[in-house]
Formats: sequence, structure tokens, C-alpha cells
Amino acid sequence: MKTRNEICGYPVITARCGKIDPDSIEDYIAAGGYKALEKALNMTSQEVVDEVKASNLRGRGGAGFPTGVKMETILKTDVFPKYLVCNADEGEPGNFKDKYLMENDPHQLIEGMIITAYSMGIEKGYIYIRGEYNKPIIIMSRAIEAAREKGFLGKRILGSDFSFDIEIRSGAGAYICGEEFALIESIEGKAGRPRSKPPYPTVSGIYNKPTLINNVETFSNLPFIIQEGAEKFISIGTPSSSGTKLVSLSGNVNNRGVYEIPFGVTIRDIIYKLGGGIPENRKIRMVQLGGASGPCIPEEMLDIKLDYKEMENKGLTMGAGAVIVIDERYNVLEIVRLIMRFFRHESCGKCTPCREGNRQILRILYRFVSGNASNNDLALLESICNVMCQTSFCGLGQTAPTAVLTTMKYFRDDYLSGMRNLSTNSNIV
Amino acid sequence: MVKLKEIIERRGRASENLIHILLDYQKSKDTNYISEDEVKFVANELNIKESRVYSIITFYSLFSTKPRGKFIIQVCGDVPCYVNGSLNVVKELENILRIKMGETTPDGVFTLEHTSCLGCCDISPAIRIGEELYGNLTPGKIAGIISSYRRKYNENKE
Repeated sequence: MKTRNEICGYPVITARCGKIDPDSIEDYIAAGGYKALEKALNMTSQEVVDEVKASNLRGRGGAGFPTGVKMETILKTDVFPKYLVCNADEGEPGNFKDKYLMENDPHQLIEGMIITAYSMGIEKGYIYIRGEYNKPIIIMSRAIEAAREKGFLGKRILGSDFSFDIEIRSGAGAYICGEEFALIESIEGKAGRPRSKPPYPTVSGIYNKPTLINNVETFSNLPFIIQEGAEKFISIGTPSSSGTKLVSLSGNVNNRGVYEIPFGVTIRDIIYKLGGGIPENRKIRMVQLGGASGPCIPEEMLDIKLDYKEMENKGLTMGAGAVIVIDERYNVLEIVRLIMRFFRHESCGKCTPCREGNRQILRILYRFVSGNASNNDLALLESICNVMCQTSFCGLGQTAPTAVLTTMKYFRDDYLSGMRNLSTNSNIV
Repeated sequence: MVKLKEIIERRGRASENLIHILLDYQKSKDTNYISEDEVKFVANELNIKESRVYSIITFYSLFSTKPRGKFIIQVCGDVPCYVNGSLNVVKELENILRIKMGETTPDGVFTLEHTSCLGCCDISPAIRIGEELYGNLTPGKIAGIISSYRRKYNENKE
């Protein structure tokens, strides 16, 4: 097992967190801030995009799409205006790393956005922050104001021909608005329901114009990549996953919090070395990866590494990097029911598989929890989950049943005991 | 409606500002909701249909079409909070306020609501009152928090 220092190694995007005053742009500049922007302004658009492509940076919001490829698509589009959006609608239960970045190093995000906008020729950017995040909204607003005063935002940035400004848009309580098109609808002042894809936002986004949407953590990596170079970025992590990942560690673990780790660290090390293990040395019942829409795995699978390729090979995803630890005091089905209640509440209702599927899954789960499930219920549950995964309109419905499917695979006995009238004591009303 | 008009003037009449206008206005009201007359007023000012305004306030969970308390207590019940004892927090809140989830105290001071994850799983179980977050809660801490808001309310009334 590695030591804590060996695991955390070299911070890329949290180096300044907790060391500078987030409200002081002077602190940020003194710590090397906005140097990458100066460097980028002396590069061509293509050079910036090539650097990002060479870095192998993948979207940190959950989908893991190569950022440089997305940038190239926008760069090659001749339709104007183009828009830039930072997705700070961090609503997935178990994730709080974007909040951490915005509250501790807001200028890093702004700098990442300015560099991206410069390379794409974009003049208008939005940061879409969920309505529940009051503090990040206040901190980001002040930071944008300070960046304007110093000439990093606005007309003719640092004396160049490039102009760019950022506006904050707040959500109003809807998990679905983390989906790119729902977010775009919300920015346009509508209810956040997804649009049909393709065309993707890079072709037709805000007001049907090309729009680049990236997560907070993705943008925050840009200053490092430009300043230090893609080669240094690639030297951190694993061959298939370069750089670091922020992990939000929560649940039944001693040291809950946000950790920046290079790719390649095992989930077990994250829980025991960084998280300090489980309170009162209890055993782990299961661990959910990525957040509510992520897979639930048993204790014996914890030696899997946080790595895009390795996880994909095992049929798992890391999502936005949440690790939720659930100890032995809790019943698997109880937890799954709680997760599905969240999705039933958050489904936007636009498409039938998700709107009805979540409700039906919950009803069937109740039969298992109360020990009244019939022999057909297991097959029915699996069938509904598969229909949702394959036919839902957007990512919410496609990934909502992940917890059910993975617990059916790894904790099948818990389902079977719900059919043999061994009812569990559920506290969920 | 003077305040509402002020907010519309400040935010601008483009329909893309609708969510911000409604959020700002709802926050400024002690009753924390948007009334039928206010919907009509906003629709008229922004030159959009009333149904368009309703499509927003019935979709997003931070809005309400019914009067709520001055202080809205939102309790997170998602997995990270649940496994750290959010149920006990709910029970204690219901005990002290003598209301059930989703209800408002008869004096109109508190409303108790469930909320989706507040993004503070590192200090779970957590609640949000107005714009303040409270974390690492135990049933023993609830009474003190509630009485501090009662005091605040009574001071403002005087």
C-alpha cells in the first residue's frame, strides 16, 4: 500500500486551494496566476488546441470526452457568434469537487475559460451554477468583477485584439440541468428539458449557435497544460488517463473531503489511505462510484484503479469522481431505493422510459424491500432497466438504473432474500 | 409589485432573464412563493404568456406557487447524508417544529422541505436554512439552530 504522500503526489489544480484568499486576485497573480493566459495570447488558436489535444485531457464532468477534439470542432466552425459555457451544475449526490474549486480558486477556472475562448474566437461565456450554491455564486461573481478590473476580461484583453466576457447564470433546482442541452435551455430562460442529439451543442447550442460546454474541473486544468506543457501533464497519471482527478469522498468514511489524485490510484487506497478507513472499523457493504448514476461495487472489487480504460474494461465508470462508502449497517436494497427515489424526483418527464421507468422500478424495489417480490419481479426489474438504458432520451434516464443493474449483478442474494419473505427493516418512508 | 418591477428593470426584459427575475423576487418575499397575480404581472412585463412563467415555477424545485415560511429548512436525504444519520435529523426537526416534511409552521416562520444533494457530503448530514448551510448535524444541535432563527425572526418583527 502506498503512503498518503505517494498517492497525492503533485497537485495540478488544487495547488493554490487553501493557500490563497479566493477573493484576492493579487494572491492568485502572485502565485503564478494569469501567466498561462499571457502565454496563450502569444500562441495561435491552433497551437492552443494542439497543446490540449496532446495533453489527452478528457472531460471531467463524467462523460470523459476528449477536450481537445471538442475544441477543434468549434475552432473549425465558421458560424458566429460562438458561446462558451462552464457547467457548474454539480447536482449529482456525492459530488462536491466543483464547489471546492470555485470556492478556493475561482480565478483558475476563469483563466481556463479565457484561454479556451481565445483559442476558439469566442466573445461570450456563461458559468451555469446550480441555484443551491450560494457561496460559489458570490465568490465567482466577485472574481469575475476583479478580473474585469484588471483587464483579463472585457474588451481587448491585455492589449490584444481579443475580447471576452463571462456572465453567471444560476439554476433553480433541477438536477437535469447538468445535461448539456437542458443546461442550454435553462440559460435561454426555459424549463430545463433536453433536446434531441445530434446536432450536438458544438454545432447547435445556445440560440442554435456553436457552443462549447465543459465542466469546472476540465477548464481548471487548462492553465497548467498551457503553462507547463502537455508533456508534463501526460507524465502524471496513466497512459490512458493523463493528469489528476478530483475525488469527492463521502459516506461512512473517517476523512470525508475532496482529494486530488493522479489517475491510477486504487479505490481501496482512496478509502483507506486518504479517507482513513471506516468509522469504528466497520466493514464495507458497498461503494458507489461516480455519484447516484454510478455503479455500486462490493468490497472485493475495491482494488480497481481509477483509470478510464481499466474501469471501462470492467464495465464501470468513474463519472465525476465521487466515491460514496456505505458500511455494513445498511441494507443494499434500502440504499438503492433511496437512489431511485432521487431519480424519480429528478426525471424531467419529457420521455416515457425515464418518467415511467423510474416510478415502476421504485414500486418493484418496494416489493423486494418488504419481502413481497414475486419470481417475475427480478426479470421485470432487469427488463425495465435495460429499456431505460437503451431508449431514454438523455443521459439521465440512460444511467439512472445503473445502481439497480450493478447491485443485481454483485448483490443478487439481497434481491433473492426479498423474494423469500425475509423482509428487511426499511426506515425509508 | 413595485419591488418586482424594480427587479425586472434591473435584470432586463429579455425572456432569458425570467429565471433570475423570479428567483430574486421570491427571495425578497417573506412568504417565499410566486402568486398568481405576480405571474400575470411578470408575463405582461416580459411580453410572454403566463403559461411560459408557470413552466418555470412548476419545473424548478426552488420555486413555489404556495406560500411558505420565512425560513425554508431544506434537508438533504440522499445517500451520503442518509448513511450519516439524516433520518434522525428529520425526526428531530419534525419534533421541535411540530410539523411534518413539506409543511409550514402555523406562525409562518419555518417550512420543512426535502432537497436533493446540497453538495456538502463532506459535512453530512447537512441542512440549508435560507442561504446558510449547517453540517455535521446531530439531533442535539437542532434545537439551538432553530431557536437562533426564532430569535432573529422576533428581533426583526420588533
